[in-house]
Amino acid sequence: MHRHEHTAGRSAAGGALAAAARADVPRPVYLRIDGLSKSFGSFQALKDISLTIHDGEFVCFLGPSGCGKTTLLRAIAGLDLQTSGTIEQAGRDISTLPPAERDFGIVFQSYALFPNLTIERNIAFGLENAGRTRVEIATRVAELLELVGLPDQGKKYPAHLSGGQQQRIALARAIATAPGLLLLDEPLSALDARVRVHLRHEIKELQRKLGVTTVMVTHDQEEALSMADRIVVMNHGVIEQVGTPTTIYREPSTLFVADFIGETNQIAARSAGASSLAFADKVLGSVAHGLAEGQPVTAVIRPEDVTPHALGYREGADRRNLCDVTIAEMEFLGSFWRARLAGARLGQGPLVADFSVNAVRRLDLHEGAAMTVELPAERLLAYSRNGADDASG
Amino acid sequence: MTRAAERVSSGRPLRARLGRDDIIMRGYMTVIAVYLVVALALPLWAMMSKSFSTYRFDLRLYEFQVSDEAGAFHAPPVTAHELNQRLRIASSADLATNADGRLPATSFFPDFSFRSPVKYRIRGTSDDAVYLVGSDRTSGTQWVELSSNEFRRVMLRPVAGRGLDNYSTYFSTPSLFHSIENSLFIAFVSTVITVTLAFGFAYALSRSCMPLKPVFRLVAVLPILVPSLLPGIALVYLFGNQGMLKELLLGHSIYGPIGIVIGSVFFTFPHAMIIITTALAISDARLYEAAVSLKASKWKTFWTVTIPGARYGLISAAFVVFNLVITDFGLPKVIGGQYNMLAVDIYKQVIGQQNFEMGAVVSVVLLVPALIAFAVDRFVNKRQVALLSARSVPYAPQPSRRFDWLCFGYCALIAVFLVGLVAVCQFAALVKFWPYDLSLSLRNYAFDLMDGGGWDSYYNSIEMALWTAVIGTFVVFTGAYMVEKTKGFDSGRSLFQLLAMLPMAIPGMVLGLAYIFFFNNPSNPLNALYGTMAILVICTVTHFYTVSHLTAVTALKQMDREFESVAASLKQPFYKLLSRVTVPVCLPAVLDISIYLFVNAMTTVSAVVFLYAPTTTLASVAVLNMDDAGDIAPAAAMGMMIFYTNAGARLVHAILSRGVLARTQAWRAR
Repeated sequence: MHRHEHTAGRSAAGGALAAAARADVPRPVYLRIDGLSKSFGSFQALKDISLTIHDGEFVCFLGPSGCGKTTLLRAIAGLDLQTSGTIEQAGRDISTLPPAERDFGIVFQSYALFPNLTIERNIAFGLENAGRTRVEIATRVAELLELVGLPDQGKKYPAHLSGGQQQRIALARAIATAPGLLLLDEPLSALDARVRVHLRHEIKELQRKLGVTTVMVTHDQEEALSMADRIVVMNHGVIEQVGTPTTIYREPSTLFVADFIGETNQIAARSAGASSLAFADKVLGSVAHGLAEGQPVTAVIRPEDVTPHALGYREGADRRNLCDVTIAEMEFLGSFWRARLAGARLGQGPLVADFSVNAVRRLDLHEGAAMTVELPAERLLAYSRNGADDASG
Repeated sequence: MTRAAERVSSGRPLRARLGRDDIIMRGYMTVIAVYLVVALALPLWAMMSKSFSTYRFDLRLYEFQVSDEAGAFHAPPVTAHELNQRLRIASSADLATNADGRLPATSFFPDFSFRSPVKYRIRGTSDDAVYLVGSDRTSGTQWVELSSNEFRRVMLRPVAGRGLDNYSTYFSTPSLFHSIENSLFIAFVSTVITVTLAFGFAYALSRSCMPLKPVFRLVAVLPILVPSLLPGIALVYLFGNQGMLKELLLGHSIYGPIGIVIGSVFFTFPHAMIIITTALAISDARLYEAAVSLKASKWKTFWTVTIPGARYGLISAAFVVFNLVITDFGLPKVIGGQYNMLAVDIYKQVIGQQNFEMGAVVSVVLLVPALIAFAVDRFVNKRQVALLSARSVPYAPQPSRRFDWLCFGYCALIAVFLVGLVAVCQFAALVKFWPYDLSLSLRNYAFDLMDGGGWDSYYNSIEMALWTAVIGTFVVFTGAYMVEKTKGFDSGRSLFQLLAMLPMAIPGMVLGLAYIFFFNNPSNPLNALYGTMAILVICTVTHFYTVSHLTAVTALKQMDREFESVAASLKQPFYKLLSRVTVPVCLPAVLDISIYLFVNAMTTVSAVVFLYAPTTTLASVAVLNMDDAGDIAPAAAMGMMIFYTNAGARLVHAILSRGVLARTQAWRAR
């Protein structure tokens, strides 16, 4: 009951908390992971992971399959014990506790709904033997069904519901006992695209309303970008970057992050001073990268950051970053056009750029047309090519 | 990176603190593992060591002194060994004996006469020397003086030791080791015939559109419901000395290899048929479509698509049949005549000659082919599973008048064979006196007038089968649950898996004999179990543990792996999940296990034949004993009682399954 009230109090202040999230007001640390490693035989799934998650925060672990994100989640839940390292939840060291003695609710990709129990009894499963009366349980179940938007489905069996509905029931079951931490293991991967987008929004909404600290594992960058307060990008068992969705997207700290999230043009270049890059036969201004002159780098610019101009345009802050190109190929992708540009004289291969439908119409762009594009210096990133990921962004 | 490497290499791996559930589950798993050790591993160990235990007369241990006619002892003492060297009475082989061996002391004195006034003295040269004077066990190094009349009742007793003597005796006795060849020959021939026939049957079921398929499916599993001796009895009636169709054998006798092979084909047919049907069912229709589009002939398609697709099933079926035949005891006992087989040899050595050591040796010999067949079957089974998981399109046969009727004719022939043998038994059980008075009567059912325990043995069998079904299902399912769902504890779990797989490799006769050695040992605290219903139940549960365990594991593996994680996160104990979700969802498998155990407990002969007591005689053993005593018609009648009981149990099981499924598995329907 105590927990219940606690959460209820929080959900009343949900709006305020959500506002706080946006304002980046520091909140107390809820989960502290320190020096976590996990080996399966000689394979190291997690290497010295340290991370703090704040109270009420929605954090996504994002990365390609095999990057260790699920292993990390399962370590937090106590389902797979880490080889070394500590986990602290709400000030309590839970490093070696069995799952039943930790405080979390969990939703799996498979939903793991009990097939022979009705929806109601699935949700009530965790509410029983905790001193609640039948009436209290029934009330709580009804409340949860209402919360996930399935008030009339209680008497049905899981198999009678659609995948999206089943996932919502799994969510209701996980939050029924008002756990302090909600763990979501690829909760949307088994659903079709439309339902997925819809449910994304709903889960986020629910999390905001309850204010429950949430960790979600996903390999879908869109999902992570649209739902998370902060994203933890992982690769090969290490954390590549932790940051808000906009930071991760706009200021990827490693080439891996830049490459994994969103589309990129990657061009081999050399450092030409603190904030300049030398390409095949051109020097362009870039974000300050601090790499020694002459050092080989990979220059990165996202297609949508390539700004279209009429041919011969010579204005703006840094004229070095203007290139005259011809459109080799154009592909209509619905809300925008993707163009392959030749003649930028930056390196091998065409430059890929996304132009709005608007711009295409205004500048009369078509295959074979000549035009000028700007690679804005503040959007041109550079990463050292000497193996290490010490880059600037 | 470097910091991470340091941390990992320096720090000891963390150990999870065990929750209450973990402790209960590990504890329970240990209990079942201990059960398997006591009910399987220790008896087998006792048997193995028995096979190496030897009994030998050690002639150096005895010293004699003979008096003159006046009764005065002048001659120096002489050891039996010296006498033997001088007189060449017993060869080294003669001195090997069994636990009951007795060697008359007088055999070392060729001119001995019990009327002579000559007196004899005997003593041991060490305290190990044991001899009988009359029925008094004597030992020690004190001289014992005896008159001739007393001395003729002096018997030397052997010394227990360990060694390969029993094995060398076995392999130097043609009547014993010929059984190996016989057993392998019969098993091989039966396997070839059964697998061929069963393949045709399964092929017809899965690849034709013939009518009456459900009937054929039902008929094909009929033999599972009867003891393996029943076809033997039917064959006696058909082809025996007074058989109706005796002439068909053209002067050959049914008692011997012919009878054993025909009967073996009968009782192994369902096992092969089920395995091969499963293998054929997973064939991919797309391969057949490809074959047709490539204009391959039917013959070529059969050899390039059908047979390779079913090869693991065929191999698996072959080894299962081989194992069943070579370990079966009931059938060759009934119809084997003078043709010796390994499983029967065990029975003859133990029950007939009371030579337990030799029984143990034959058991070990029988274990070898059984273990090989088992290992190959397990290996092949793993491959088959890999095939199953591939996504394939099920094959749907197209009607073809000629082919369908051909299949129908073939299956009908097989069905006549299977139903025929059972029907002959039923008929024989009901007629007054085969073949002279064929009028019907029920007097063969007056079991109380025959050897074998009467109607009580039938009720005992039902009691035993029910206990086996209830206790066995509980033990097997919960054991499988613990081994599947316990986290960590890997070494314990793999040991458990090994123990659970072992019973399948152990022939029933071997298990039964092993139980005698283990439980009948007076120094064993579990000795009290010997001769009770409990030991029959324990033995039968253990004997049929593996298939039940695999059924349970398969069902459990189909459950979502994360149920336990969810329950733990909701702070619910595992037993709540087990009772509310796992068992209800696995109920079909649970019911399958219980009917499997029931039916097998009703029909099994091999293990329990060594273990029943006068108060716990069993129907299947009664069939054997009545047949042995020449009461063949009552034996057939009792066999049919087992059949009807099993058929009834299957029916109840089917109704129960349907009812229970309708009530508890409503969630399955969409």
